Amino acid sequence: MDKPELKNFTKPESIKDYPVGPSFSGGHLVSVNSGWRTFKPVVALDTCTGCYRCYLVCPDGVIVKTEAGKVAVDYDFCKGCGVCAHECPFDAIEMVKEDLQK
Amino acid sequence: MMHNHKNESVFVSGDEAVALGVRLSRPHVISAYPITPQTIVVERLSEMVEDGSLVARYIHVESEHSAMSAAMGASSVGARAFTATSSQGLLYMAEGLHYASGGRMPIVMMNANRSLALPWSIFGDHRDSMSMLDSGWIQVYVEDAQEALDMTIQAYRIAEDSSVLTPLMINLDGFILTHTYELVEVPPQEEVDSYLPPFSTPNKMSLEDPKSMGFSTSPADNMEFKYQQHKAMMDSREVIKQADKEYAEIFGRSYNGLIDCYQCDNAEYILVTAGSVTGTARVAVDSMRSKGIKAGVLRIRFMRPFPEQEVRNTLAGAASYGVLDKDISFGYEGTMFTNVNSALSGTAHIPRGINFIGGLGGRDISVQDIEEMFEALRLCPAHDYTEYRKNRIRFVNMGVSIHE
Amino acid sequence: MNNKRITVKNMTDKEYFFGHKACAGCGGSLAVRLALKVFGDRTFAALPAGCMSAVGFIYPQMAFLNNAIISTFPGTGSMLSGMRAGLDALGIKDTHVVGFAGDGGTADIGLQALSGAIDREEKIIYICYDNEAYMNTGVQKSSLTPYGARTTTSPAGENLPGSVMHKKNLFEIVAAHDIAYAATASVGYPQDYLNKLSKAALVEGTSYIHIYATCPTGWGTPTETSVSLAKEAVDSGLWYLAEYENGEFTLNRRPKEFFPVKEHLLKQGRFKHLKDSDIRIIEEARDKKWKRMLEHWK
Repeated sequence: MDKPELKNFTKPESIKDYPVGPSFSGGHLVSVNSGWRTFKPVVALDTCTGCYRCYLVCPDGVIVKTEAGKVAVDYDFCKGCGVCAHECPFDAIEMVKEDLQK
Repeated sequence: MMHNHKNESVFVSGDEAVALGVRLSRPHVISAYPITPQTIVVERLSEMVEDGSLVARYIHVESEHSAMSAAMGASSVGARAFTATSSQGLLYMAEGLHYASGGRMPIVMMNANRSLALPWSIFGDHRDSMSMLDSGWIQVYVEDAQEALDMTIQAYRIAEDSSVLTPLMINLDGFILTHTYELVEVPPQEEVDSYLPPFSTPNKMSLEDPKSMGFSTSPADNMEFKYQQHKAMMDSREVIKQADKEYAEIFGRSYNGLIDCYQCDNAEYILVTAGSVTGTARVAVDSMRSKGIKAGVLRIRFMRPFPEQEVRNTLAGAASYGVLDKDISFGYEGTMFTNVNSALSGTAHIPRGINFIGGLGGRDISVQDIEEMFEALRLCPAHDYTEYRKNRIRFVNMGVSIHE
Repeated sequence: MNNKRITVKNMTDKEYFFGHKACAGCGGSLAVRLALKVFGDRTFAALPAGCMSAVGFIYPQMAFLNNAIISTFPGTGSMLSGMRAGLDALGIKDTHVVGFAGDGGTADIGLQALSGAIDREEKIIYICYDNEAYMNTGVQKSSLTPYGARTTTSPAGENLPGSVMHKKNLFEIVAAHDIAYAATASVGYPQDYLNKLSKAALVEGTSYIHIYATCPTGWGTPTETSVSLAKEAVDSGLWYLAEYENGEFTLNRRPKEFFPVKEHLLKQGRFKHLKDSDIRIIEEARDKKWKRMLEHWK
């Protein structure tokens, strides 16, 4: 997966450190989306066939193709919508309640 | 001053002078939508693109809102953009005006000053541009076709300065300037090229450094961007003066920066004007002076940034001043008058001022009208205060009695 | 640009629209994500006011990896024209200039500028992610809101069934410009969408893709059904997959029999109130449309 890195960002102290007008580097991520989730997708690797249906339909692009030809999830940015689990033709993804994992 | 000898003299209208200035400024993109009395500008530019004398992309947009949106699209990828409008068209692109200034896109636009509906009128006054005074654009009001051409070239130099990056609106009085033919000197391209460098800005999209532009801010950051806009506009005052100075060195014509004074040095009665009516005012000043009355005229060239210090220094010593507004903010007074009064506030001696509202919807303002303004300025210091305040806002040259 | 068919197997791993703050299960964000994976690094995007601009450019979190700008709400088409003209004038070659606008930004306030842009035949790609209401402002009716949908400005009650207007036929309005390429798509048929994106990328003139994009927040649907529901909308005949090229319309999918409209609609909160008589009105409108398409389209 090829995505922007999470960056540390501190608010500028001087007006001179602000961008000139509302213009900023693209792909500048300073916060994650994991806190949005109630359920998280958990991939059963033995059932996953690597068809990548979940990768195709993820609205957030958080499904990662692994070298083993399976998939993994970028939990920093997964919002837990459940589209991946619902669309999986092999029932290889289960939505698991977050607090049960803690 | 070094005067060049390669100037070509042409007999053109104000609109055509702007088109010639645009060509010399080598814009990449022109977005065009017709509206009287601006239309001739975009007609001439289309001809220049057709005959190859101007290498630019000419976009036929379907509205003024799109004219500004297209110009912003061009500016956002680092292209020099030009557009032109007037009156209702200026108001229709109002959203884009604030957008371009907030986006720090140094677009140059010509506005043919024209009355606003209702009632409909295609004739000139300043109500269109004055109502857009808060849109974050630098606003210059020119007096003749030569100044229109010269300011078009200077406009890019000022707007694109790295400390400014603010769009600029060149205002020409509808018909009086846009459609009147004058002899205009056209400077050679190579000298314009040496005066006006190619457009470069950090504020653009690029393949090397992809940008997210026009983003949104929370209340925690929004004011900082607004402060930057204000600072850039305030800093543009020095850039405007420097641009004028260097222009004079190369081309032999100076417009004295933010204001242009005539007989103000020892004047007791000063009339503040903008645009083409200034010529009429100068004739009236000469006439008053021949009668021994110390009259002068202060032409405001830039309404934004406002020449606060220059106005204050010029008016502070006068016995009284008038402001001739081709505009009115209903329920108060002319917009120039409000701005001039604000510049004077806090000074030790504030002379009395009278606001003359004239020229609305193209109503004529004659030399005699202006002589009468100077007469009123002579009388007003002696009036008692109540009487003075009662007659502070005066409509000039009404066709009917307004005393009911 | 290569002609190879882009699929989930060979598409770039690069995510161009990532870390955005769209609602969970947002169909619009999937439409943008897939489009940018097809168009790639040399894409200059413009997005008017709407969900995708609101969730993608919150300083200092910038979710677009490629160049992107928020355009004026009514001016997406013209801003795209300006960007294309500027890039061409500056000699910046092999670029895609792409607009992503919602249904309101396309069919209502942005229609004039879109029409102008298509008329100019510039090489731009305009994608309308149609979630059938003004979702970003809190679910108000647009001209692409279908009959019977409850929105916050088309309430359903004793006197009204929600929206009393049918969906504006924007695809054919766009095609009537004799545009170089236009297509409809659905996030429920992602491969079909990828094919159309690839086609649009190669078109010399203007192209337009109208993609049906689920909005769980505005539709009152479970987030996980965003893709299956958008597929079902096509299968029930309430949306269709088609193309317009060389002056001809082509239907890409002709369901042998329609998925039941009632069953499809009642899964959505916005249609829960519909009476059988309302559903008949919706079916009749669908049948009229399909009769015409089957008669006249390839």
